[in-house]
Amino acid sequence: MDLQALAVILDSALRLSVPLLCACLAGLWSEKSGVVDIGLEGKMLIAAFAAAAGAHASGSALIGLAAGIGASVAFSLVHGFAAISQRGNQIVSGVAINMLAAGLSAIVGNAWYGQGGRTPSLEGDARFGDIALPGADAFAAVPVVGPLFREVVSGHALPAYLAFLAVPLTWFVLARTRFGLRLRAVGEKPAAVDTAGISVPLLRYAAVIICGVLCGIGGAYLAVAQAAAFLPNMTAGKGFIALAALIFAKWRAWPALGACLLFGLLDAGAIRLQGVSLPLIGPVPVQAIQALPYVLTVILLAGFIGRAVPPAASGVPYVKER
Amino acid sequence: MTPAIELVGIDKSFGAVHANRGVDLAVLPGSIHGIVGENGAGKSTLMSILYGFYEADAGEIRIGGKPVAIRSPADAIAHGIGMVHQHFMLVETLTVLENVILGAEGGTLLKAGAAKARAELTRLSDAYGLAIDPDALVSDLSVGLQQRVEILKALYRGADILILDEPTAVLTPPEADALFALLAQLKAQGRTVIFITHKLREIMAVTDRVSVMRRGEMVATLPTAETSPPALAELMVGRRVLLRVEKSPREPGEPVLEAIGIAVTDAKGVERLMDISLTVRAGEIVGIAGVAGNGQSELLEVLAGVIQPSHGAIRIAGELIPPHRRNPARLRELGLLHVPEDRLRMGLVPSFPAFESAALGFTGDPAFARPAPFGALFDRAAMVDHTRRLMDGFDVRPPDPWLRSSKFSGGNQQKLVLAREIERGPKVLLVGQPTRGVDIGAIEFIHRRLIALRDAGVGILLVSVELDEIMGLSDRILAMCGGRITGERRAEGTDAQDLGLLMGGVSEVAA
Amino acid sequence: MSAPIELPRWADVALVPAVSVVAAFIVAGLVVVGIGENPLTVTRILVTGSIGSADAIGFTLYYATNFIFTGLAVAVAFHAGLFNIGGEGQATLAGIGVSLACLNLPFLPAPLLIVAGILAGAAFGAVWALIPGWLQATRGSHVVITTIMFNFIAATLVVYLLVNVMGRAGSMSPETAEFPAASHIPSAREVLGALGIAQPSTPLNLSLALALAAAFGVWLLIYRSRLGYAIRTVGASPGAAIYAGISPGRIVMVAMAISGALAGGLAVNELMGAQHRMVLGFTAGYGFVGIAVALMGRSHPAGIVLAALLFGALYQGGAELAFETPTITRDMVVVIGGVLILFAGALEGLFRRLVARTLTVAAPRRAREA
Repeated sequence: MDLQALAVILDSALRLSVPLLCACLAGLWSEKSGVVDIGLEGKMLIAAFAAAAGAHASGSALIGLAAGIGASVAFSLVHGFAAISQRGNQIVSGVAINMLAAGLSAIVGNAWYGQGGRTPSLEGDARFGDIALPGADAFAAVPVVGPLFREVVSGHALPAYLAFLAVPLTWFVLARTRFGLRLRAVGEKPAAVDTAGISVPLLRYAAVIICGVLCGIGGAYLAVAQAAAFLPNMTAGKGFIALAALIFAKWRAWPALGACLLFGLLDAGAIRLQGVSLPLIGPVPVQAIQALPYVLTVILLAGFIGRAVPPAASGVPYVKER
Repeated sequence: MTPAIELVGIDKSFGAVHANRGVDLAVLPGSIHGIVGENGAGKSTLMSILYGFYEADAGEIRIGGKPVAIRSPADAIAHGIGMVHQHFMLVETLTVLENVILGAEGGTLLKAGAAKARAELTRLSDAYGLAIDPDALVSDLSVGLQQRVEILKALYRGADILILDEPTAVLTPPEADALFALLAQLKAQGRTVIFITHKLREIMAVTDRVSVMRRGEMVATLPTAETSPPALAELMVGRRVLLRVEKSPREPGEPVLEAIGIAVTDAKGVERLMDISLTVRAGEIVGIAGVAGNGQSELLEVLAGVIQPSHGAIRIAGELIPPHRRNPARLRELGLLHVPEDRLRMGLVPSFPAFESAALGFTGDPAFARPAPFGALFDRAAMVDHTRRLMDGFDVRPPDPWLRSSKFSGGNQQKLVLAREIERGPKVLLVGQPTRGVDIGAIEFIHRRLIALRDAGVGILLVSVELDEIMGLSDRILAMCGGRITGERRAEGTDAQDLGLLMGGVSEVAA
Repeated sequence: MSAPIELPRWADVALVPAVSVVAAFIVAGLVVVGIGENPLTVTRILVTGSIGSADAIGFTLYYATNFIFTGLAVAVAFHAGLFNIGGEGQATLAGIGVSLACLNLPFLPAPLLIVAGILAGAAFGAVWALIPGWLQATRGSHVVITTIMFNFIAATLVVYLLVNVMGRAGSMSPETAEFPAASHIPSAREVLGALGIAQPSTPLNLSLALALAAAFGVWLLIYRSRLGYAIRTVGASPGAAIYAGISPGRIVMVAMAISGALAGGLAVNELMGAQHRMVLGFTAGYGFVGIAVALMGRSHPAGIVLAALLFGALYQGGAELAFETPTITRDMVVVIGGVLILFAGALEGLFRRLVARTLTVAAPRRAREA
């Protein structure tokens, strides 16, 4: 495989991993605080729709991004209200969020634009352009590293860089700050946080809002950067792959990046491996590669390779003992 | 002297349960103040109110003579109150240092406060002889060390008033002694300690003053030196306690239950039971005495087939039980029945109507099945009738088989469970905490039924944290400590002090 | 405090679900207003579109059949304390089973082939649910996540099979050949026609009878049988189950298998009853709506049948609505389903409190007036 082909695959893997990464980190924040979220898919979907609609209406991709984040956070708060304030079943709430987002984005999209749920195509400033990183061209002459830097690392849209920036930020905040310590504690043992004089609901709401912001960035990337419009169900299960990546990463930020890049690479590879015959194995059905993240996650969850242990209190509403 | 803490007219209800009724309490500064009472007397609720975990419905809290509003643990901490909860409030996946600074981090970034915290922690550890590694994960620490972390947490926050809720329930006797020494040291520095327990021995040993609670009310506060365990016991239960239950001597028969060299290892790989051998004969009650958490629960469960031993053999009526038959259903068929320690988690299903809970473990009874070919379906009329008979025989109130199990009082739930097991005609009955959370009237009833069962020739193994109950009912007593049997006594040849030594691990072999 | 909210039984089984349904429709009405339509007109179209004609009723019952199956599937798992989100995947696998039986056993006479198809569907659905159940029972992996993963694995598997293995020869679309006529479950038109009752041609077929029988069977199983007692015990109190000698692991597997088999009923109705071939995506989200159906029906078969009828009517009415008002699509049903899951499921406590408060306010007033 020549360098150019490699660069193309890596670049595409990176692009495909951006929404996964956003949703995966979003899930990480939520679940670290003890709120299980299987509604990542729905939040990303509603964010994608709101971002496309916002960008179309305003002509500004940034306003689109803000609209996407706003919609996603609103859904997060619904989930938070059910899970934190009402101590409802978090899985049920997540399912509801997914259905609501799928239904609302399709209905409202169809009502507003009459294109079967699509939003009109975004052009010019209404769409995030690719950002050439400084030095991308200057170093292009450096062998191997130069072209890879220009083709793979440089040339992505703003939300993509936000997503990648969120990885060190997430790690730093969780590991090194007061807020992070409290968040880690509340997901493991909320009673310990409560008796230390810290509000459990406030911490969890904060986490859920961060989760919404990240899902919003992921959704906006899908509709306003990767594509140039919203399409019904355009998240196509990415929120669930992100959930798989989160388990894979054992709820840690850097491994989450690794898992999302791996799953992105699988996705990019699947498109290119269509009909290609691998040595020894023969032609690999593209579906087998598509199913790989899910299969790997099941195997991991079953403890056949390592053990994935979620935060102890995740999914459990906090009730003061009596 | 102005009290360090004064509670005036504290009132608190949870739904229909009136947990505290107009409670007054004054704690002198620089003293160790004990609060005793039976389980459910309202001690923990009162302390949770003082710590801001619950808000009182009425009443006032005064610190140093001034009324204060304590609406959250944050308020309590700000007023210099620290609390060591019975169930530790530690995050197991975090380190000691992280647990100690949680909520008092000293800056947005952990780095800023961590160095100072580490120094302070070292200073406190040294000052009180609480050697502990600040970077150890809490999950790796023993229970005794975890309790030290809890105490360090409170001291780190500058607590002048330290509340300890049943701190010795989980400690070995040497650990408890170390704790008492620490409390004395804190007192010597002028700090105030509130010490909650239901063990009179500890009250007498460490406190300066003692308050007694009964059914949500504060019934007395006395200088410890002016009272005695019998006097306190009487205040706690509200009448003279019958330490001996009426029972006639009886010569035990053949062994009905034998355990030979039983060992149990839990999921974390910790040995819970080591080399346990015991025999229960027909017509005798064998009591297991021990501080909670020393393997009694595991012993009951392993004998009942709920958990599996890693070593050892079990015989019922002389017959060796092969491993594949050591499950509750098979053992029940052999006549080994079981009244579990925790009736709400095991003994019945709270959401089921009483007649379904009354069938728990016996759903295979042909009397409950419809005639063939519908044998897989229940004959509910038969189940309801059966339950009604159980309720009549054991005076379960209200005698309504359709009432949800959770709606009965603790005593009536327990009577239902006992009825279910006893009416099956056991050869061996395992009984765990038969009177926990049960009102006085029901306690007497339950005790009488157990004695009657023994007189009828049933072998009974009794586990209870209430030493009086063990001594009153048993013919023979085995003491347990740290997962081992540390001694055996005839009931008539022992007393609380003797058993206490055995429960504290002063084994006969070692002694 | 979070003491369980005690309500009279009638309020528990009827009033709370009814209040959440009304609230869900109010939300849906707001959405309708939000996109500029008249909710009253929309309601009229929904009602006439779903029950306004024999034709409409046929379709409504046909959709309801799907919802009964998927709702029962979710409910059986609920009783064992399990959340089976894998109805879609289990029904998809059941579709493969149904197709294999219908296409490969042409020598069987009609009734036997139908029975074989139903059994194959149930078995495939059961196995696809059993694996997550087994993983939870023996390896501790949570069925919620594994069933989600299994939905996606099933989706990719079925694409592969329909494109590369089972696909109709010479066709580019991912579907099997038409099932032999002997495997077609008689339609309502045929059955009622034989009885002399004229019926319009709708996809409604005898699978509805199978679904109602399944509902009765589930009721017997859960509330009247030893196995059901064991399932409920494991769901309500695993500790009590172990104490009683019931193996929670075994019950988890059994309950998941039953749940998956019931989800397989969706394939029977859709493929053997209506479409007569296996097509990609025939599960069409029925599995997810089944969660709403089970929550609304409070996991009781009678409630589930009622909830399924409601959703069947919404589905059919929604189709009419999409036809008559171009701004509204059938996704409206998904929205209502989502809101209902939220209200009847995640926010159940809120609605119970509201109802309880209203009742306690109303009760003394009634007493005064009396």
